[in-house]
Amino acid sequence: MAERLRTWWRRHARWLWPGAVVLWAAAGALAAGPSLWLPLEKDGLHDPAGPGIALLQQPAEALASLPRDSAGNKVRWVQALESGAINPRTNLFPETKVRVLDQDIIISRFGSMPAVKFPHRQHTLWLDCSNCHNGLFKDKIGANRFSMLAILNGEQCGVCHGAVAFPLTECNRCHSVPNASLQRKATP
Amino acid sequence: MIRAWLLVLALLLPMGTIHAEYGDVVLNRHSDKQGVRPVVFPHWFHRIRFRCKVCHQELGFQMRAGSNNVLMSDIIDGKFCGMCHNSQIAWGPERCDLCHSARPGTPAGIKGDNQTSGPGRW
Repeated sequence: MAERLRTWWRRHARWLWPGAVVLWAAAGALAAGPSLWLPLEKDGLHDPAGPGIALLQQPAEALASLPRDSAGNKVRWVQALESGAINPRTNLFPETKVRVLDQDIIISRFGSMPAVKFPHRQHTLWLDCSNCHNGLFKDKIGANRFSMLAILNGEQCGVCHGAVAFPLTECNRCHSVPNASLQRKATP
Repeated sequence: MIRAWLLVLALLLPMGTIHAEYGDVVLNRHSDKQGVRPVVFPHWFHRIRFRCKVCHQELGFQMRAGSNNVLMSDIIDGKFCGMCHNSQIAWGPERCDLCHSARPGTPAGIKGDNQTSGPGRW
């Protein structure tokens, strides 16, 4: 019996470490899989001993029924808005003018990445013109110089993208226009 | 030996400290000093109910976390959070623990989530 065990061990021992690593990774994936949103008391941010925590809405309760995303809040927020899944208020004061602009701007043409399409409509559904103009960006086409380094540092688009709007891991959502589809002008 | 280190690395990877929901902001300019829990402001909760422009344009909240000096006295006077947190649109300022809900000592700032660690520099 002991001899058999030793033979088995000699034959299979080399699989022990890789096997253990694979098992651990699988267990981790299983543990992380179903919990897209952590309960507040387990997020490391809220105090589980706080008296208010049992009364607060849990992210999973609010977000699970909304269009699913792979990043950020795991919610396609613009889609949630457009599909009517949510209908957030546009204003508190009746006199506030709710402004929406339907205009696409193509920026960062002919670089090493596909060009960027900036859709005003999706942005102004959420934001007012004055949130970006003329502080973050000048309201004139071609007047702004964009830098990915600044964006990654929380400037320009990075004020929201990477903080509350979809994160900067989602390159192709902005860099979405193939340069080949754009016409080169005679004068740049 | 290398395998042993790899295993140690694999064991450490799933661990972390803060797994806040994406866009959670901690306000702690005054809280810890005043002996109350810091505030957690969840963007996800609010944007289901209000568009960004309501707070960031009508109510005057600057976009960058840390650039607003939010005082309880202002909230009670109906400014900032107090525009809605007035027992009419949302719970009133006497429900301290619903907002002051972070672990004591949590640094102020905007947090990432369990996949994105958050902004590069804020």
